[in-house]
Amino acid sequence: MAWLLAWRNLAHDRSRFAVTLVGIIFAVVLIAMQLGLFLGFTDSATVIIRHTQADFWVVTRGTQNFEIALPMSERELHVVRSVPGVAQAERFLVQFVPWKKPTGGDESIILIGFDLNSGLAGPWHLREGHLEDLRLPDAVIVDQVYLDKLGINRIGTETEIRGLRARVVGITQGIRSFTTSPWVFTSFRNAQRLAGLRPEEANYVIGTFAPGADPRQVLATLAQALPRSDVYLSADFAARTRDYWMFTTGAGAAVLVSALLGLLVGAVIVAQVLYATTVDHLTEFGTLSAMGAPRQFIYRVILGQAAISATLGHLPGIGIALTLAYLSQYSAAVVIIPWELALGLYGVTLGMCLLASIISIRKAMGIDPAMVFQK
Amino acid sequence: MRSCARDPAPALEATGVSLIYGSGPTAVHAVNQVDLAVHPGEMLALMGPSGSGKTTLLLVLGCLLQASAGRVRVEGREIAPLPPAALSHLRLTRMGFIFQSYNLFPALTALENVQLALELKGYDLQEGRDLLHRVGLGERLGNYPRQLSGGEKQRVAIARALAGDPAILLADEPTAALDSANGRAVVRLLAELVHDQGRAAIIVTHDPRIGDLSDRVVHMEDGRILP
Repeated sequence: MAWLLAWRNLAHDRSRFAVTLVGIIFAVVLIAMQLGLFLGFTDSATVIIRHTQADFWVVTRGTQNFEIALPMSERELHVVRSVPGVAQAERFLVQFVPWKKPTGGDESIILIGFDLNSGLAGPWHLREGHLEDLRLPDAVIVDQVYLDKLGINRIGTETEIRGLRARVVGITQGIRSFTTSPWVFTSFRNAQRLAGLRPEEANYVIGTFAPGADPRQVLATLAQALPRSDVYLSADFAARTRDYWMFTTGAGAAVLVSALLGLLVGAVIVAQVLYATTVDHLTEFGTLSAMGAPRQFIYRVILGQAAISATLGHLPGIGIALTLAYLSQYSAAVVIIPWELALGLYGVTLGMCLLASIISIRKAMGIDPAMVFQK
Repeated sequence: MRSCARDPAPALEATGVSLIYGSGPTAVHAVNQVDLAVHPGEMLALMGPSGSGKTTLLLVLGCLLQASAGRVRVEGREIAPLPPAALSHLRLTRMGFIFQSYNLFPALTALENVQLALELKGYDLQEGRDLLHRVGLGERLGNYPRQLSGGEKQRVAIARALAGDPAILLADEPTAALDSANGRAVVRLLAELVHDQGRAAIIVTHDPRIGDLSDRVVHMEDGRILP
């Protein structure tokens, strides 16, 4: 009966209940979108690293993130290849360069140069064109998300990168950059030329471990052999990049603070409405006390109201958030809401509503049951 | 006024009970040295002018207010040493309350209002139908309080008070909000339930009809019972 009374108390005043649900839906959408954006940013910041087949990355000492790395010489590549336990190693290039839009104006891009023969890295989700087309001089591949930004409308469009001719030979789908500069893929040799690096220069050496090799041992040997470089497992370099963008720059913190604000706003709205509902039913709680109802029953009614509100608010809230997340795949800022987040958010919503009901419980418990005898 | 055979053990007994608000020269004796006993099968009407202390005495006897002095016994058990949770349990299991304003739960139907009390007392919810049939509302089980007349609401409140078969009924002005015909019907019903089922009842009232149907009428003034 506690649940029935909780539900009926809420449903009895439909307009107030609607306000409660709107408050919870607002909070759920806000929190889900902020956390989804955070996950989307995290995904974008590390997407290239995670999509390579490399086991380890050799970077110039002190490199904080994937996008900004100083050049290293070809010597590093040879040293890496000479270390026992390394199966394969190739150079990799990442460089901010200017892109001349065919429609007019300039845009900053991040040029990604990779070895076409090794299969260690490269674009994926090719919607148009072929990877092999990158063997052509000046050939580049861009993502459909950035077509407008780059002033392109089809394959074959010609443009200039750092004043040098480039031609779009392929279009990928959904490879987003964390920064405002789009990724542009090309072969390593093309990238060296377009980025203005010397033939012996690259930003990274990436490689794989030989079967049966001890990764820790190989990393230690690499570190010893390359005193001016840092060596990371791919997962560690991805984490370093993610932490840099999310926390060192404050971008992630801003998103998380917004999510926290959503939680607070939601909690305040729910607390206020649940409190008003409780005040409306004070005589009934007083009657229950006078009748001798145990305190636990009154707790169950109020907590039941909070739990029902949380559930009925969460379902449409997460539904809206998932729809927006689905639509975001066509935009530059992707929102990722995995099922774990959707489920976890139900726990957060429930916790928020239960917490908000504490004030109501205090109010209901403070009633003098004798008040119901006062006309 | 009826007479009834007295069980030697009172269901509810007050001995030298006082309730004083404040202290010193401004102290107010809401209830002053009251001795009163109600036996099973007895319906006692507590009458008196407004402010005479009737409802306050009812609250003390109903374990809702603690007496400043004197002793209250419920079925022979003194209540003063009992902690609040035990007093609540005593009210829940041994007493039924009827309020002037009915105090039904507006979001619950007539049947659900009674079933709520049954569940709190640990009784079978099916008994709710029997109780409503007994008060003549067998056809209004699914009606919400807003769909019932004042007399019907008070009947639901009486059925709720009877849930769990309490030994003592405490009613505060149960006919005050009812018209003459409904008031008379409610009083008859209460008297029937008390006399037929051997309950003890104290009814605070201004209504002389209740006095006529009660076994005993006690008058109060300035917190005292008049001789």
